[in-house]
Amino acid sequence: MFDFKSEQFRVKVGLAEMLKGGVIMDVTNAEQAKIAEDAGASAVMALERVPADIRKEGGVARMASIAKIEEIMRTVSIPVMAKARIGHFMEARILEALGVDYIDESEVLTPADEEHHIAKTDFRIPFVCGARNLGEALRRIAEGAAMIRTKGEAGSGNIVEAVRHIRTIVKEMKQLTVLGQEELVHEAKQLQAPLELVELVAKLGKLPVPNFSAGGIATPADAALVMQLGAEAVFVGSGIFKSSDPAARANAIVQAAKNYNNPEKLLEASRALADAMTGLDIAKMERSELLQTRGW
Amino acid sequence: MKRAGVLALQGDFAAHADALRRAGAEPVLVREAGQLQQIDGLIIPGGESTTMLKLLHLDKLFDPLAHFAATRPVFGTCAGAILLARQVSNPAQESLAVMDIDVERNAYGRQLDSRVAEIEPEPEFRDRTAPGKLETVFIRAPVIRRTGPRTKVLARYNGDPVLVEEGRHMVATFHPELTPDARVHSLFLEKL
Repeated sequence: MFDFKSEQFRVKVGLAEMLKGGVIMDVTNAEQAKIAEDAGASAVMALERVPADIRKEGGVARMASIAKIEEIMRTVSIPVMAKARIGHFMEARILEALGVDYIDESEVLTPADEEHHIAKTDFRIPFVCGARNLGEALRRIAEGAAMIRTKGEAGSGNIVEAVRHIRTIVKEMKQLTVLGQEELVHEAKQLQAPLELVELVAKLGKLPVPNFSAGGIATPADAALVMQLGAEAVFVGSGIFKSSDPAARANAIVQAAKNYNNPEKLLEASRALADAMTGLDIAKMERSELLQTRGW
Repeated sequence: MKRAGVLALQGDFAAHADALRRAGAEPVLVREAGQLQQIDGLIIPGGESTTMLKLLHLDKLFDPLAHFAATRPVFGTCAGAILLARQVSNPAQESLAVMDIDVERNAYGRQLDSRVAEIEPEPEFRDRTAPGKLETVFIRAPVIRRTGPRTKVLARYNGDPVLVEEGRHMVATFHPELTPDARVHSLFLEKL
């Protein structure tokens, strides 16, 4: 178990604190990164293909090419994150050597290990990980994640899974706050998470790291919805560069994350937009097509 | 009670609101120009200065903020310090030019170079607040490369000024809002 008060952990969580209230956008090249920065993104996520394309084209999705990530790092002054495959600690070591600002150990890429996640406390670079429920979130934090994002269903353009996951985590956290000590011990077993972390969440009523939302956000209204439900910032993947108006949509989603409490401002942000990306009906998808079930 | 605003466009504005409560003030989250009339002073929080600058323009807050700073105290931390500087480098970026300082962005490097350090503040800081070391959290922090004749350095790290005041304004390149120590916020509240 690692130390929450350690310098390294505080610095890792510190950068996540600076990204609150903002939008982190998936980009595959420098040109998209520039559009994202100009639209007001608080950080960009470098990846090989956006989730909607990974879904369509299939094949193995890996860490982005180093040349592309470097080109993106040279182009923007906001933080640059990059995705590594679940369990692929050598992709993560390479990204650490490159000096990206955050690593996303992501279910969107093809997992490299079907039992183990990366031992993230061993790294100096901070990690963000996906989660669908409190148990998953706490296991990732125990491994050293300094930021959690609810998984949603990446590349679907459908907000239903993101809503399910943020609601689940928030509800499970609320429930812990009213339990007694012996009940927390039982709950830790149910959640398959360390008791120490379960007790901490029971005391705080929230995760000990920032909790962002991802997977299916395609409109300003979607971003405002997950912020209302308790997300502290949003990740947008395919929603921007798979729409018909990336720059305008990116900016509108930035406005929505900031003004999630103000329907007039949300109306203004939504007004000028053309067509959002085409969405998928999750209920009609095969279980094997789901990205959210990756990770353990 | 003094009403201190926190610019809430993006960044760790919630952490600043908590720090203000610890220091005994009522925080107001500022998202529109009209709200500037309800507050006695304003904090520009940490976050991404590029992002905040874009939002200041989009939300038509840039000029009202410069106008506010002409008569009222403003305190910027990290990204906020960048926005208040006269000149910004690495890369060059527009700023409110409220304080006579020049700032270099990400001057320590990227996230791998972020750190927590304990520093001994200048005697004046201790005299005006309370004795004791200052824990400073630097996240992708800028460095103040030049200070003008009317600025006063209240703390240094490795020789570089990290807490500077000029009349009613103040900047920190670190994040006092991420520590339980309320002295820096108390010092700002005295200017209100």
